Amino acid sequence: MRSQTISRLLTIFAFAYLAFLYVPVLLLPLFSFNDNIYVTFPLKGFTWKWYQSMAANQPLIDALLASLQVGFAVSVVSTVIGMLAAMGLTRYQFPGKGLITSTIMLPLVIPYIILGISLLSLARQVLNIDLSLWTIVAAHVLVCVPLSMLVLIARMEGFDKSLEEASLDLGESAWRTFWRVTFPLAIPGIVSSFLLCFSTSFDEFVLAFFLSGTESTLPIYMYSLLRFPAKVPGALALASCILLGSIIVIVFAEWYRRRGIQAQQEGLV
Amino acid sequence: MSDAMIAIQDVTKAFGPIRAVDEVSFEIGRGEFFSLLGPSGCGKTTLLRMLAGFEIPTAGEILIDGQPMSAVPPNQRPTNMVFQSYAIFPHLNVRDNIGYGLVRMKPSKAELNATVDRALALIKLSGYGDRMASQLSGGQRQRVALARALVCRPKVLLLDEPLGALDKKLREEMQLELRQIQREVGITFVFVTHDQEEALTMSDRIAVMSKGKVLQIDSAAALYEHPNCREVAEFIGTMNVFEGRLLGVQDGVARVDAGPAGELLAPVNGAADLAPGAAVSVAVRPEKLEIAASRPATGNAITGRRLAEAYLGDRSHYYVGAEGLPKPIAAAAQNKQRALTSGSAGETVWVHWPVEAGVLLER
Amino acid sequence: MAATGAIDNESRRSASTWDALRRFWRLHPGLRGLALLTPALIILLVMMVAPLLLTIALSFATQTGFVIDRTPTLANYAVLFAPEGKLYRILIWKSLWMSFTATIAVVLLAYPMAYYLAFRVHRRKLLWIILITVPFWTSYLLRVFAWKVILGFNGAINSGLIYMGVIDKPLEFLLYNPTAVTITLAHAWAAYAILPIYVSLEKIDRSLLEAATDLGDGPLRRFLRVTLPLSLPGTIAATLLVFIPTVGDYLTPSLVGGTSGIMVGNSIAALYGKANNGPLGAALSIAMMLAITLVVCAFLAAIGPKRLRHKGS
Repeated sequence: MRSQTISRLLTIFAFAYLAFLYVPVLLLPLFSFNDNIYVTFPLKGFTWKWYQSMAANQPLIDALLASLQVGFAVSVVSTVIGMLAAMGLTRYQFPGKGLITSTIMLPLVIPYIILGISLLSLARQVLNIDLSLWTIVAAHVLVCVPLSMLVLIARMEGFDKSLEEASLDLGESAWRTFWRVTFPLAIPGIVSSFLLCFSTSFDEFVLAFFLSGTESTLPIYMYSLLRFPAKVPGALALASCILLGSIIVIVFAEWYRRRGIQAQQEGLV
Repeated sequence: MSDAMIAIQDVTKAFGPIRAVDEVSFEIGRGEFFSLLGPSGCGKTTLLRMLAGFEIPTAGEILIDGQPMSAVPPNQRPTNMVFQSYAIFPHLNVRDNIGYGLVRMKPSKAELNATVDRALALIKLSGYGDRMASQLSGGQRQRVALARALVCRPKVLLLDEPLGALDKKLREEMQLELRQIQREVGITFVFVTHDQEEALTMSDRIAVMSKGKVLQIDSAAALYEHPNCREVAEFIGTMNVFEGRLLGVQDGVARVDAGPAGELLAPVNGAADLAPGAAVSVAVRPEKLEIAASRPATGNAITGRRLAEAYLGDRSHYYVGAEGLPKPIAAAAQNKQRALTSGSAGETVWVHWPVEAGVLLER
Repeated sequence: MAATGAIDNESRRSASTWDALRRFWRLHPGLRGLALLTPALIILLVMMVAPLLLTIALSFATQTGFVIDRTPTLANYAVLFAPEGKLYRILIWKSLWMSFTATIAVVLLAYPMAYYLAFRVHRRKLLWIILITVPFWTSYLLRVFAWKVILGFNGAINSGLIYMGVIDKPLEFLLYNPTAVTITLAHAWAAYAILPIYVSLEKIDRSLLEAATDLGDGPLRRFLRVTLPLSLPGTIAATLLVFIPTVGDYLTPSLVGGTSGIMVGNSIAALYGKANNGPLGAALSIAMMLAITLVVCAFLAAIGPKRLRHKGS
């Protein structure tokens, strides 16, 4: 009897929680179609104009391109480094593995403000290099490598180590073994890592803010919009587009990852 | 220069302070079906992996067909391995799996297909070429792993407990098949197992290993009839062991005071010179024992009371508890003689055997 | 003749050194593993260790105008501990407190959600997991922005309440104060807490729960005696995962905090930037990290080392 009430309360809570998670964010698209420069109730009327103004907005397009380029570079570099590190950690034994792993995961727990400012000092005062999209790429790689490693280690531990030994035993060199066996089997993990790093970099604000030069990434651009009430609806439209884009990407990524796990469980026992 | 296919010379493998393989030396002949037998952790798999090249000896040398292997990586050795997990590539179908090791030689498509077809016929899986690993049963995967390795024409085939995951009936079938294939193909097989029945069935010779050392290398019959130490005797088959002290040796026969089992005689066959007072055991196989109502005139005999019987279809095991002995004596007999050997529990009987049927071992 | 002999010996020696090296490489396959880790370690060294060391070093310097004087001095730390540094101490304390409240709120709300997902959802688990994960991956900036829009003077709440006639003047206390920051943090970080707790609950061997019931426990007792303790590692992970980054958060206070709601992160940024006092900013950063570490250690010590034995990453 009582446990049934608890069950019902729990279900109500779960749905309420989902609402709590989503409603605030869903207000953004809601107001992006509102024909009103201020974000207030009541809703005035439906309009596409905020979206239309986006197309002509050159700084926005530049920022979008910059974010895409940075995101792509970060994903590629982080995934490659993460793949090498994952292979090193899952296929070999050596002392200090636990310590090394923990250390590489450290960037995940250092506050980004401190990382950002420290990197800024390093770049400007010690190395005397100019800030640019490349400095942003470097900073993002630092925080994405641990994420890439987490994904790839999980994937690499999932398949049989003797597969690579079998390939060697059958005469292939280590290099060809990687391309014929390891890489094909790791592809789901590589794709996941790529998507994860890309979306992390694409959305990241603090590090980009402190390490950007003349070019802005999309989050920096959006942040600048928020200072001017007149530009807020444009920011809403932009935010909604980004939201839609991320949802599509994430759903795809999750579906793809689950499919990989399923295939793993069937074929690799 | 011996003509052995594999020569293992003083090989040791240490992991830190632990010696997985401890100064092992022996040779394996050409075309032999050779087994490494022992409990988990005895070093047999480590030794096999050293033959394959996946582990490097800490000390000692391995020669295959006369060539030292210490500088040779696994992909250049004339060996191929069937892994315990089969290691069938899940992203390739059966044909591509079998042909995997041939691809780098860049054969023509016709050649490759012909070779793979022949291999499929050998393992009786013709027509399964397009299936993926997930569509195969355990036994089928095992055969694909075998074909994949054989197709590379190695001088030595290494098998790491390949039948462990199969059920009993399938395992017995595969044992016979493997033996047949080995005779057909004619190459040296090195087979690792912890199942002594399996080793006895299939091998020309067996190396019994324990804690990194090789205890005895012999044919199945020799290991069974003449184990050289207690560990081998108890590992292979069942063995009744009576502990005691050596009283004396006369004309090749030892007299042993076996405590509650009385005085027992056993042949001394080349065991180390043992002095009177040495701790020894007399060991005898269950099927060599007979059960009688009264003490026979010759041979060793121990009296006791019948305990349980175990009926196994073709034979039965009879257990006799003798006073003062820690374990019941196990006797075995074919059931066609059941009338002679069976009896009721609690009955007092004599278990006896001829002196030559026993073995003298160090304690 | 002797010369060529010497050269031969030399090349033979270097050949054997090369061979010895090759043999060493073959004999220790673990070295290959380390080699594969090198790029990651280099990134770590150059991009994290070096900058942090730099910041530590900077905290012992002083800056006037644009000139940095690198003679080592404890002046900055002195400032932090002195009466004139009271502002900073309060700031650190406030940040810790705001993070703490937000973390508690996040974890307390996330736990039942994770529990529901782990134990009550049977058929559409994948869908739920995607629904829970999506907010996790959308832009943090967007989530904070959403709250700015909601809590603003003319924002969603105010205008909605006015429109519905509940109030006639906008509520001013909604935005630009510490509470706004805490609420925003609690929402923005919610998704980060669910996943570790969920994973931890999902991993619990169901037969343990059956055994507890079999031995006489009702649902509440079973929860307190079996489920809760076994989910502790995930819950602790969630707590740390939310607490540690939020203390130093820059974005949320700058968008919804106003002047009263600023946190340590904003102050550090200001010191480096407008205030032209990088060294003090560095010292404040170090102080903040030490404060976080102390709190985390105290927290873990309070939990008890025994219960941490099963903690994963």
